[in-house]
Amino acid sequence: MAVPEVADSFTGQVSRITLGATKADGGTRASTVTVGGAKNVVYGGAVEDAGEKPVIAMDVLDSPPQDWPDALAEQYEGVFDSPGDWAKKCVQECGAELICLKFDGIHPDKQDKDAAHAVKVTEQVLKAVGVPLILWGCGNDQKDNEVMPKVSGAAKGEKCLLGTITEDNYKSLTAIALADGHFLIGEAPIDINIAKQVNILASDMGFPLERMVMFQTTGALGYGMEYVYSIQERQRLAALSGDKMMAMPVICDVGYESWRAKEAKLADAPGWGDVKKRGPMWEAVTAVSFLQAGSDIIRMRHPEAVETVKNFINQIWS
Amino acid sequence: MILIAERINGMFKDVKQAIEEKDKKVIQALAKRQTDAGASYLDVNVGTAAADQEGTMQWLVETIQETCSTPLCLDSQKPDVIAAGLKVIDADNGVILNSTPLNRKSDEEILDKYIGMANQAGPKASIIALTMDKNGVPQDIDTRVAIAADIVTKAMEKGFEAQRIFLDPIVLPVKVPDAQVQPSNIMAAMDQIRFLSDPPPHMTVGLSNISQGASERSLINRVFLAMAMSHGLDSAIVDVLDESLMNIVATSDMLLNKQIYSDSFLKVYTSVNR
Repeated sequence: MAVPEVADSFTGQVSRITLGATKADGGTRASTVTVGGAKNVVYGGAVEDAGEKPVIAMDVLDSPPQDWPDALAEQYEGVFDSPGDWAKKCVQECGAELICLKFDGIHPDKQDKDAAHAVKVTEQVLKAVGVPLILWGCGNDQKDNEVMPKVSGAAKGEKCLLGTITEDNYKSLTAIALADGHFLIGEAPIDINIAKQVNILASDMGFPLERMVMFQTTGALGYGMEYVYSIQERQRLAALSGDKMMAMPVICDVGYESWRAKEAKLADAPGWGDVKKRGPMWEAVTAVSFLQAGSDIIRMRHPEAVETVKNFINQIWS
Repeated sequence: MILIAERINGMFKDVKQAIEEKDKKVIQALAKRQTDAGASYLDVNVGTAAADQEGTMQWLVETIQETCSTPLCLDSQKPDVIAAGLKVIDADNGVILNSTPLNRKSDEEILDKYIGMANQAGPKASIIALTMDKNGVPQDIDTRVAIAADIVTKAMEKGFEAQRIFLDPIVLPVKVPDAQVQPSNIMAAMDQIRFLSDPPPHMTVGLSNISQGASERSLINRVFLAMAMSHGLDSAIVDVLDESLMNIVATSDMLLNKQIYSDSFLKVYTSVNR
């Protein structure tokens, strides 16, 4: 018996965004990255409906991390103190398509570094690599509002992805992203209703919906991954059904969340297998799961996990 | 919700006068206001006053499309008037032919004619088909459903997808003697019509008919719309300039889980729905 054609078709489409500005576009990036554009769910519909290939953004921290487990930290020995070299290693050795510069060091409860430091790091990384950048604050509203506008200014015209805005704190970052020509990440804590509201709030300030990316926060394998998965799935179905307020590409933070899991980092666990393999596996499994929900940009950390996921993406989206 | 805006109709005084005086501005302003208010389609009806109905339909279509690209719903009981409108229309964004019964005593093939006209107008052209046949408007549930099934079957035999059909179960004025049973009959019929095909045909109603001659017209319209939406109604010919009505549409869509809730759900409905 012939297999019946059961593919659903949709009227809507995920918006397509291109990050990074080359010289011709007024920036200094050597390459750009285009994501989004899906007209169907992952694995659903015709090949041309799949949209752009998802990409991996590798994390670079502005200051040496204090709490990375050995299996992860040893991968970056010698570059922790130099974000520029760190970024270069990610691009040259791991093939990172984007660098996510995460400003953990400015957090008041961590190293409380100032805007001058953040600007310097931004300039170093811009100089060191040619891929587009994601510039991600520390999560403390007050400090982010103080520092991130200056970071944004240091990368003006580079078409970076700037984040994150939330329902309670969106005005200054939205205004500066608009002025400096960047893209914006809207964050909501595993809550689809707030996610939509954040997009509306930014849109009300005149920020174009076509320059936004959604971040539903992320949960690792074993730590709420399925909750985030179902939120992303629902967001994607709404986008494909024509809800323009939900039609943005999606980013998730797999690296940070995976390496918080004790299963990924606990070295003294003889029954669990080699810790050097376990961590990257945990990260890769989490990433691949979110790809199936339709994630467009995945933040990652371990080179081996990146290699595994890149390999998966290339097989599925080719 | 697919909202067909009802105001460009020669039965309204301002439109009738604009037609008589060939005053484009009145028509174009109505087209814009209704589009801004969230209309998916603009109904175009020449009314009864104009002597040259075909010419008037063409003038209305051309006048609207000079300044507005919202798809149109050509509304006439005479196929020739609709055909005249189709001659000058830009149907790239879609068009609805409004409306045809299954058959008439005088014309058994009327549905086929409309399907033929829609096919000629392009792949995005749809028809409104009334659950009505040569015996007139049915009063009961079963005949409505049977006619709807005949319409869908006939269309599909001709390769015309069910999603290009807007089935209209025909709303009757609630004030007419013995007609008070009709609203619930219509909703019961809709419960069955929505399972006639997969994907199902659209369902639409001429909403304001229900309150014809009654007091509290707006209230009756609004409440019936919300009730019918929960029985699968996904389109209606309405006054999109009625803000309270539009808020009820937005809220019903949200409660039926067709729009994701956000605190600004009322405010963004128009832009999301378009």
